[in-house]
Amino acid sequence: MMLLALCACLCAGARAQDYAQVKPGVALQFPRDAGSHAQFRTEWWYLTGWVKDARGRDLGIQITFFRNRPGVAESNPSKFAPRQLLFAHAALADPGKGKLLHDQRAARAGFGLAEAQEGRTGVWIDDWSLRQTDAGYSARIAAHDFSYALDFKTTQPPLAQGEGGLSRKGPRPAQASYYYSEPQLKVSGTITVAGERREVSGTAWLDHEWSSAYLAEEAVGWDWVGLNLADGGALMAFRIRDKDGRSYWAGGSLRGADGRVRVLKPEEVGFEPARRWRSPRTGVEYPVAMRLRAGELNLELEPLLDDQELDARASTGTIYWEGAVRARAGGKMLGQGYLELTGYWKRLKM
Amino acid sequence: MRATMRAPLALSRAALFLAPLAQHKGRLAVSVLAIALGVALGYAVQLINAVALNEFSQAVRSLAGEADLEIRGPRAGFDEMLYARVARMAQVAVASPVLEAEAKLPGRKEPLHLLGVDAFRAAQVQPALIGSAPADLLDLLRPDAIFLSPAAADSLSLKPGDRLAVQVGLTQQSLRVAGLLRASGRERLGVMDIAAAQLLLGRSGSISRLDLRLRPGADMDAVQADLQAQLPPGLIVERSHRDLQRNANLSRAYRVNLNVLALVALFTGGFLVFSAQALSVVRRRAQLALLRVFGVTRGGIARMLLAEGALIGAAGAVLGLVAGYLMAAAVLARFGADLGAGEFRGLHPDLHADPWASALFFALGVAVALAGSLSAALEAARAAPAQALKAGDEQTAFARLRPAWPGVALLLAGALCTAAGPVGGIPLFGYIAIALMLLGTLALMPRLATTVFAVLPLPRAAGARLALAQLQGAPGQAAVSLAAIVASFSLMVAMGIMVASFRVSLSQWLDQVLPAELYMRTGMGGDTGFLSPEDQERIAALPGVRRAEFLRIEQLLLAPDKPRVALLARSFGGDDPGQRLPLVGAAFAPRAGDPPPLWASEAMVDLYGYRVGQVVQLPLAGQLRRFTVAGIWRDYARQHGSVIIARELYMAYTGDRKANDVALYLAPGASPASVMRAIRASIPGAANVEYGAPAEIRARSLKVFDRTFAVTYALEAVAVIIGLFGLSSNFGALVLARSREFGMLRHVGMTRRQIGAMLAAEGALVSALGLALGLALGWVISLVLIRVVNRQSFHWSMELHPPWALLALLAAALLLLAMFTALASGRRALGVDVVRAVREDW
Repeated sequence: MMLLALCACLCAGARAQDYAQVKPGVALQFPRDAGSHAQFRTEWWYLTGWVKDARGRDLGIQITFFRNRPGVAESNPSKFAPRQLLFAHAALADPGKGKLLHDQRAARAGFGLAEAQEGRTGVWIDDWSLRQTDAGYSARIAAHDFSYALDFKTTQPPLAQGEGGLSRKGPRPAQASYYYSEPQLKVSGTITVAGERREVSGTAWLDHEWSSAYLAEEAVGWDWVGLNLADGGALMAFRIRDKDGRSYWAGGSLRGADGRVRVLKPEEVGFEPARRWRSPRTGVEYPVAMRLRAGELNLELEPLLDDQELDARASTGTIYWEGAVRARAGGKMLGQGYLELTGYWKRLKM
Repeated sequence: MRATMRAPLALSRAALFLAPLAQHKGRLAVSVLAIALGVALGYAVQLINAVALNEFSQAVRSLAGEADLEIRGPRAGFDEMLYARVARMAQVAVASPVLEAEAKLPGRKEPLHLLGVDAFRAAQVQPALIGSAPADLLDLLRPDAIFLSPAAADSLSLKPGDRLAVQVGLTQQSLRVAGLLRASGRERLGVMDIAAAQLLLGRSGSISRLDLRLRPGADMDAVQADLQAQLPPGLIVERSHRDLQRNANLSRAYRVNLNVLALVALFTGGFLVFSAQALSVVRRRAQLALLRVFGVTRGGIARMLLAEGALIGAAGAVLGLVAGYLMAAAVLARFGADLGAGEFRGLHPDLHADPWASALFFALGVAVALAGSLSAALEAARAAPAQALKAGDEQTAFARLRPAWPGVALLLAGALCTAAGPVGGIPLFGYIAIALMLLGTLALMPRLATTVFAVLPLPRAAGARLALAQLQGAPGQAAVSLAAIVASFSLMVAMGIMVASFRVSLSQWLDQVLPAELYMRTGMGGDTGFLSPEDQERIAALPGVRRAEFLRIEQLLLAPDKPRVALLARSFGGDDPGQRLPLVGAAFAPRAGDPPPLWASEAMVDLYGYRVGQVVQLPLAGQLRRFTVAGIWRDYARQHGSVIIARELYMAYTGDRKANDVALYLAPGASPASVMRAIRASIPGAANVEYGAPAEIRARSLKVFDRTFAVTYALEAVAVIIGLFGLSSNFGALVLARSREFGMLRHVGMTRRQIGAMLAAEGALVSALGLALGLALGWVISLVLIRVVNRQSFHWSMELHPPWALLALLAAALLLLAMFTALASGRRALGVDVVRAVREDW
């Protein structure tokens, strides 16, 4: 879901009515909706997952592509006209390294060098790509310190978030996005770090979300979590915080192993910091361990490693924490997933 | 005992050493000043150029950033789709496309270097080209936003938020200054989004440059070769910073010319030291011989005299360094760093004294002075003390200069050097030829003087008769004066003939290339002005216009190591282009089936080997097109080469229908002023264009010519004045040395008047010979300047047009001056008491 917004500046271009709006009663259609929605202001594809290498070591992976329509120069016939901008973040959480390895890309769409395809998932910037395949997805990332060649096999139908894919982000109807997830993706492939090639396998989660709406004036950021549960179920929960750190809005969904989905109402979701960690680089403090309440579930979220901060000032202009977490209930391992903490550095504007 | 003896001896030696320096303050001062001038000129030129190059290289570095390779092509740019192709190559890490223009700013002479970049790509290659922390990041992409370098903002007096007008075609476009660039250098540039720049300049679909960063470990040579093989014609891939080299080369010919002039001044200084020292040794013969008698060795005498020369050199060099620095500072403050050559326009740099250059020019000054004293020092050391102590021995001091063969050998070597080609684009051998000819003539001077004076019949008048007899008897005494006259007059003549020939040729050329009655030029102060096809139609349809000939100027890159060549696509209104162009040599009429005609400038012959009748290929819009060289024309406007083709052909090949200039032939009854008014009234934006009647353009061009040569004139005048000063001081000293002779003449009954006449006649004879030789030598040198130095430096020819009246006037002035000098010096000598003068002899 929510994930990161693009920096304020990239959203202040065209007037709101030039963008397509999120409206109720529009059913998601596949594969059409797996592709890009160029008429909307922002869109992202967010892959997070846990993998193990041949020696059984845990690694966290994150691959994100953002699309942004800045709304400037749309009438310029030039092939260079910045009608769509693309950004990408990739990260590798390796407890052996003690900190997150990450890299980023940014480009204007065009010339086939950077594109976001319509009709099916296909988004790339130079040699970074995420493409839909017959079996699922395939990601190729050549970052500065590491590279990925990973395939993601679909095992379950997409999980439409909110009301049939319309996810409310605030009390006002306009504060909403189209949003679906693909939990329990089977990961296989190789990760190369510092010249060392590791065969890996594991479980991942894809979020695809698009919207033109502003984040509510009152909001400063959000906490989000997506968990692949050990029994085959899936849990997504988020809350939007106001400037005092209180929940301004919340939501989520729980899909059981039987495939039945329960949509969580704002009052059914609660995040409570259990432990904080301060980044030595930026000085920003994040609640890296959380107590999560989602319906009847009460979970303890504990990070794979504390330092999973991602400094993306060079592309999307923000700093956030995006980390692999384990979910336990009463000491029992219930699942693994990713926790995202935004707006702890500066207020996110969208 | 010995110790007490030594002290007075040492004292006397110091006294003997210093006393003559103190005695001849005037001559000493002139020698020091001459050295100082040479050093100052050379040092100033060096400083200014170092500063300009340094600034320029900084600018290039921030523009090219971390790029490894760059792809360039014609000035108008190339197809942007190449970007997509190159960016995909496996070895290329980042390709950053750039659109470049010299944006014309209404009401300003200097254009703004405008760059359109893709901020996302540039951030990885040329971070200096990204606006620093703009308030609104989207301004990096907005169509009306421009970021200025601090230097540009400064010189345009603009701050973020202000508007900046840019002229495109005939219309003005308003941009918003969105912020400043990180670039900290002094280059004046503005950066926009590349799509915005394409739209603004009407150049959608094209880019001017691709800067590439390769993947770590990529083999740069292999990638370069691979890329070059794939590029369409007209594009060149080269190492980044290569154009640094090219621009340094651009100004090199001009710089070398200035340096050579500085060397001429330094040479004159050395010559002055030589003449001063030679005469000083002659006058101090007895004193020096006395020192030998006291026990000073030959080596000691030579060292002492060389030390004198070194002291003069050091004093001159220090003075010259100070003066050179001040001169450089003044020039930079007044004109900027381009010294009138126009290659470094827009830079306004700071000056820094470079220790290496300072050391070099100091050493040069001292070395020249030492070289000047060498012959005198050796001569003095060689003299036998007993003979030298006697009076009347001065003649032998000059005897050594008399063998003829070195002079002849030098002249021959000089003649041979004129046949050699340029070295690295510099007419090195041309300069060497001039130096050899000068030295050869000077070496031959005593022999020539002896021969000429020997065959002259003795006149009746006592003064003149005595004068000639004196010169016949002791020709060596006049050799130094003669050399001074020959050296300065020949240089004066050579420069005079060269500049006059150039000016007359230019003036005739202007008449030939400006046949119309009114000219309109959009290309001044930038390359973004043009006449659209609609503008052209409207202009051609105006009632006062009988005929309109449009010209499109494009710049093609034909070789990686050379500057772009100008392509002039022009219409001739149905005339035969061969009749209209200032052709040199025979024309060639392409036969049926030959490729269409092209007229190449002389530089194309020198730089690219073009020959009349040859079929050549030019890259137009990414395709090689064949042309037949139908003639070679003289182009005084562009020294790096230019070609002319028919505009209809150019439009067919490129689809480019814009025009830069138009030549208007008026209908009967229409005046240039009325047509200009009509154009302004009917075409919006036409007020932003330069208009000119041929007479004005002519006058302006000649003014530019005179200004360009002003530096040359000034340096030459100074060198010549030094030469004259040397002549007069030589003559004066020579006459002074003959005071005993005058005393004797008075003793035997000659009047002062008669002696005066004798001296004047001597001066006139020596000067007349010197002027004649100087004229002949100057003529030859001017031919070398025109045919070798100028041709190899600037690649254009000119006809010989000697300024007879000016030369005659100069010769007469020099003759009078020499006679006057001789007389004036004689008057001083004659003031000496007759008896005392004669007694000195015994």
